[in-house]
Amino acid sequence: MKRMSDQAQHKEDRPSPDEHLDNVSSAHRPLDLAAVRAQLQSKTGKQYWRTLEELACDPDFEELLHREFPRQAPSEWDDSVDRRDFLRLMAASLALAGLSGCGRAPEQYIVPYVKQPDGVVPGNPQFYATAMPFGADAIGLLVESHEGRPTKIEGNPDHPSSLGATNVFAQASILDLYDPDRAQTATKAGEIQTWSQFLDAAQSLASTLRATRGEGLRILSGIINSPLLAADLQNLLTLYPMAKWHQWEPAVGDGTREGTKLAFGNYVNTVYRPENAEVILSLDSDFLASGPGNVRYMREFYRRRKLDQFNGADRLGLEMSRLYVVEPTPSVTGSSADHRLPLRSVEIEQFARALAAKLGLGGSGKLAHDTEKWLDAVVKDLKKYPRRSLVVAGEQQPAEVHALVHVVNHALGNVGTTLYYTEPVEAHPVNHLDSLRELCADIDAGKVTTLLILGVNPVYTAPHDFDFASKLRFEEKLKGKKIETVIQVSPHFDETSQYCDWHVAESHYLETWGDARAFDGTVSVVQPLIAPLYRTHSVHEVLAAFTDKPGLSAYDAVRDQLKAANPSADFEKFWRKTLNDGVVAGTAFAPINVSLKFNPASLSPAKESTSGELEFLFRPDPSIYDGRFANNGWLQELPKPVTKLTWDNAALVSPKTAEKLGLTHSIPSRGGEHGQILSNVVDISLSGSKVTAAAWILPGQAEGVVVLPLGYGRKKAGYTGTNKGFNAYVVRASNALWAASASSSVIRKTGDDYPLACTQYHFNMEGRHILVSGTLDEYHKNPNFAHEHEELPLINDSLYKGEAEFPYKRDKWAMAIDLNSCNGCNACVIACQAENNIAVVGKEQVMRGREMHWIRVDRYYANTLSAASGKSTGDPSEYQPALDNPDTFFQPVPCQQCENAPCEQVCPVGATVHSAEGLNDMVYQRCVGTRYCSNNCPYKVRRFNFLRFQDWETPQFKLMRNPEVTVRSRGVMEKCSYCVQRIDKARIEADEKNQPVADGAIATACEQACPSQAIVFGNANDPNSRVSKLRAQQRNYQIMPELNSRPRTTYLAAVRNPNPELESA
Amino acid sequence: MSASQPPIDSPEIRRLTPVLGPGHTFGSVTDKISSIVLTRPTSFGWYIGFALSFGFTALMTIAIGWLFTKGVGIWGINIPIGWGFAIVNFVWWIGIGHAGTLISAILFLLNQKWRTSINRFAEAMTLFAVACAGIFPLIHTGRPWMAYYMFPYPSTMGLWPQFRSPLIWDVFAVSTYGTVSLLFWFVGLIPDLATLRDHATTKSKQLIYGMLAMGWRGSVRHWHRYQSAYLLLAGLATPLVLSVHSVISFDFAVGIVPGWHTTIFPPYFVAGAIYSGFAMVLSIAIPLRKAYGLEDFITMRHLDNMAKVMLATGLIVAYGYFFEFFLSLYSGNKFDVFLVQQRLHGPYSHFYYALILCNIVLPQSLWSYRLRHNVVFLFLMSLVVNTGMWLERFVIVVISLTRDFTPSAWGRYQPTFWDWATFTGTIGFFVMLLFLFVRVLPAISIAEMRELVAETSEEEK
Repeated sequence: MKRMSDQAQHKEDRPSPDEHLDNVSSAHRPLDLAAVRAQLQSKTGKQYWRTLEELACDPDFEELLHREFPRQAPSEWDDSVDRRDFLRLMAASLALAGLSGCGRAPEQYIVPYVKQPDGVVPGNPQFYATAMPFGADAIGLLVESHEGRPTKIEGNPDHPSSLGATNVFAQASILDLYDPDRAQTATKAGEIQTWSQFLDAAQSLASTLRATRGEGLRILSGIINSPLLAADLQNLLTLYPMAKWHQWEPAVGDGTREGTKLAFGNYVNTVYRPENAEVILSLDSDFLASGPGNVRYMREFYRRRKLDQFNGADRLGLEMSRLYVVEPTPSVTGSSADHRLPLRSVEIEQFARALAAKLGLGGSGKLAHDTEKWLDAVVKDLKKYPRRSLVVAGEQQPAEVHALVHVVNHALGNVGTTLYYTEPVEAHPVNHLDSLRELCADIDAGKVTTLLILGVNPVYTAPHDFDFASKLRFEEKLKGKKIETVIQVSPHFDETSQYCDWHVAESHYLETWGDARAFDGTVSVVQPLIAPLYRTHSVHEVLAAFTDKPGLSAYDAVRDQLKAANPSADFEKFWRKTLNDGVVAGTAFAPINVSLKFNPASLSPAKESTSGELEFLFRPDPSIYDGRFANNGWLQELPKPVTKLTWDNAALVSPKTAEKLGLTHSIPSRGGEHGQILSNVVDISLSGSKVTAAAWILPGQAEGVVVLPLGYGRKKAGYTGTNKGFNAYVVRASNALWAASASSSVIRKTGDDYPLACTQYHFNMEGRHILVSGTLDEYHKNPNFAHEHEELPLINDSLYKGEAEFPYKRDKWAMAIDLNSCNGCNACVIACQAENNIAVVGKEQVMRGREMHWIRVDRYYANTLSAASGKSTGDPSEYQPALDNPDTFFQPVPCQQCENAPCEQVCPVGATVHSAEGLNDMVYQRCVGTRYCSNNCPYKVRRFNFLRFQDWETPQFKLMRNPEVTVRSRGVMEKCSYCVQRIDKARIEADEKNQPVADGAIATACEQACPSQAIVFGNANDPNSRVSKLRAQQRNYQIMPELNSRPRTTYLAAVRNPNPELESA
Repeated sequence: MSASQPPIDSPEIRRLTPVLGPGHTFGSVTDKISSIVLTRPTSFGWYIGFALSFGFTALMTIAIGWLFTKGVGIWGINIPIGWGFAIVNFVWWIGIGHAGTLISAILFLLNQKWRTSINRFAEAMTLFAVACAGIFPLIHTGRPWMAYYMFPYPSTMGLWPQFRSPLIWDVFAVSTYGTVSLLFWFVGLIPDLATLRDHATTKSKQLIYGMLAMGWRGSVRHWHRYQSAYLLLAGLATPLVLSVHSVISFDFAVGIVPGWHTTIFPPYFVAGAIYSGFAMVLSIAIPLRKAYGLEDFITMRHLDNMAKVMLATGLIVAYGYFFEFFLSLYSGNKFDVFLVQQRLHGPYSHFYYALILCNIVLPQSLWSYRLRHNVVFLFLMSLVVNTGMWLERFVIVVISLTRDFTPSAWGRYQPTFWDWATFTGTIGFFVMLLFLFVRVLPAISIAEMRELVAETSEEEK
């Protein structure tokens, strides 16, 4: 009887199939808790339900069920099925499919390649050209694919912004593809939705919008430099003429754009040619490590820094260039400067004005006496090389500085030689801050009904005074939301997603078709390497969903667009060539002529700095940028170039300011200099908001400057990125987007200490023969200067005769690293990590000194007091004047592959042995993990798996790993192998042809990624190889040769080219 | 008494401080020693001590279990400090294990009669210390289940250990030393086991001791063979005393790390080992004679002699410290000079000063006859020396590694809970074995004591 009544009740509750169909298009109904309660009360015995919605017989949920399992869903059938049958079918389908219906069943093949695909040899990787869009640039890539799995990213030599090299972001982006925390499907208010449901919703929204001609539709994106997306957006704006497109790129300043507008009257794009410049002056520009074209600029710049003793081919027969950098905080570019002047950000504008004035261009700037003398010398130097100098301004500098720099470059005649102007690369250049402000105003005014957020995370990145979250979230006062529908497409379910009605998981660029423009206008086709791992979709597909062609695939769209732009007879051939080359031929922008419409004298007086005040600067983080890479473990664990911090950001203060504020570091025993540093915690109150940060003392920073790196403190980034560091966006206001001045009272010590993971704290070489540097003058006088203080052992005294006893008959691998070309950009570190399956260990382990990087980049400050003197411990918190502006040098240290290796002699089981080619091989299977080799390694390049650091479970990471490199287990030692898998491959290929391995046939991962070509690998037995030529130079030296370990990795001494005028002063 | 101190080793002083208390007969010696094992009831204190040491042994087991589960990362080691507590403890325990063999073998060959009453438990201590030491090289490896790679077994791959590595020498040195020490100890036990068999109070004891006694009947032929074997083993063990710690010092001396790479290490390590070994014998002998009333067998003469050995070896160690510094400075090698500077002023300098205090400064008090004869003071001093020797190994192993060649890789070391758990656990294990030893085997050689009775009675005549 009871069952009967239950049944009866159910029958009544269950809506009829017809009702369902009606409900499909109806808006989402809030959960009716009263209904839930009623249901629960009416039930006896055990009841199971999946969600509260089901219990409440929420029609949306039932609809979802039916759509997920259409064959079992009686509502889709026209004949009636009684409840029992329905439940039986449902139970069966649920039992079979579980609730894992959210993901796709993996396709599995038992027999691999019955029909071998063209060109595929199982075990041999293939390379496909694609491009990674990044800001107003795209870097061309060749991606290594093993049986359909992209595993490693290399630069595309044919692509103008890569030239075969990459940077950390491109290298690490492969990990983003396999990030298990990515959003995996579309959701509506947090509930999983199918793509067709989204399409339905989008189409119904579109039909409503069409009626109002797009009234209330707003689109927010980052910089769009994809012609396809630009066309999509244009299409949308044509379809909905009342709609508006806003852009917000948090870490790219408007100064660059607005500077050109100020100087020329309209937006233009500036392209530099650093290789043509004899003298470069950078005004707070980190053009070698960030901003569009940085990878190429690095290549070009360092081409002029190579010193070839025997012929000038590498340097185009020209003398070494000279770089002056004026900057508030040490950057990668500043660290390789011949002269570096730390100035506050505000003072840089004065400096630019003074520069223009000194060149007779009008206006004036107020400078301190010393600075003025410095500027005089620079101006003299700039004038010495008419048409062959270059002045660059930083992305974070205001428009005025950029305009002044354009004027100066014109006056110096540089336009056309060291830089040129083109049409903007961005599809639609606007002032981003104004654009976002306008959007916020419109939302507050209630003008926005639908907001489409494309790939950006404004709740996290917008200036805090805009309070973007309030624009999206439910407002008590309004009893609703300001915007009816917010749709976001983004790779992660981030801070913004939680306020959005719809969230569409965005595909990675390696999963979808697209295109992008490089810094010089060259268009590349973004070619996918793999079908989307999850139910993700591209921005193009989302935009198309609002048009009348919702199904148009990105592939067709890209092809159609390319076809229209290149009406050639044989489009297929053109298409194949484009895909093969990775660039669309002939799409680079031609230089345009611009006319100056700006007079420095017309500038209103500049802000002056008050010495008592502190200046807070906001900068993108060198590793995780604006926060978009927060969940990337490789980048999180990457020691930042100058600070060597990992996993955290910190408020960077200059040593002098730290002394004034009483900020210090202390070194705990756990971790110590190679791992953990305790730093003082400070509260920083700026523009009505407060943030708590760890303070880090940074030598070389301008006095009174506090840098707050952006990108950290994320609340919803994923497992890796959430709650790391502090969120500098919290104190970033729209009126002080890049620099904020405040009295020193805004920074207050809390009395707490915070542990920071720093991989290299000690900055002094202690007078050891580790990093040798000199000046160009010294080099000319004595090319052998690198060996002046060397204490060479008498090789004949050694019991181990080395090569005399065991000659390397065929190949003798060697690496030469030109320290003159290294600026510490870290591309090699990530490239090595990707190539060699190197584990990420996490902050806790880094703090214990257990990071696993096979190649590290050491940073040393010259002319500082050493610990040996007893006066210093090499600790920046012990102030010494040399730390105000130290000469900074970087030294990449992979395994030195010693010929007389200290590690080999002490391994009890022969797990590290010498190969016939002179490699110091590591045999993981044989290693028992005594760590004796590491103790005996004078260079400390060995890394030990103290715990099981590799993630063996996450299936995504299994796909990512390089199948040619062992995934190490716990308890074994590992280290740089000179990418032995690449050597073997090249040797096998050469052997097949019965030829010697050609020079350049092997590029180690670090060498291949290096934008400045500082790392050269090859056969030292071949006198014509590049490495032999470098080794033959007198600049070539070994680290600590007195140890008689005879490293195969050698270094070429760093040579700086200081201005004699400034040297004497 | 100290005012008119008689010349050392005069008959006068021998009489005043005999190696055996007066009035003992063969029977009294046998009864006194065997009663500890056979008849005396187990004291409450023994249970307490055993429970405590068993608790620490359990802690060690847990620590090692956790280590095998997680990996050596649970310890404080890192890069650059690849060796931490495990190796410090290993060297320390091996050092302690030196005294037993030295006392039984070298002093035996040198015909030092006073060794008789202490050699048995000193040898046992040696064995237990070597057992504790032996744990560490195994568990400190990253993959202990592969540690057998270090043995020259006939692998199908034709792979051998890498014989240039001092760690392989260690394997041989320690295993040889352990084996010879065990044999030496056991051979010396045979007559006593027979005595225990003969005095056994229960059938099971009789059976067990009987089997262990291997059919000893005390015939002249037995004694003849026994003494030849004992002499041979003593001869075999003697070079081992010197070689084991020399080999262990090679672990460091062969390495190129500043602070390790020095030729003075072998003799200096051996002296240090004997130093700490005698300190440990004292640390055990003093409570033992008190607890079981063995003052007649372990007399002030023994304690005095051991204190003198400690003083002498302590001075050798001090000489080692001095020359380590002198040679570093004299060589002008910048890494070695830096090391000296780091020892004195570096972040770990307080450990170095503590080491100097424990190993050099405080033991100078042993020059005083009065203090040598103050049992409590002697006990405390033995603990100080043991601490000092542990610190010495810590300074050598860990602190040398914190700042070696490449300044960018300098780091620091801090032991974790598991480091301490393993260390204290092995101490517990060691003490537990000693507690078991005194309950089931004669802590003093009955046979040799009987000989001593005969000899001393002759002397007195």
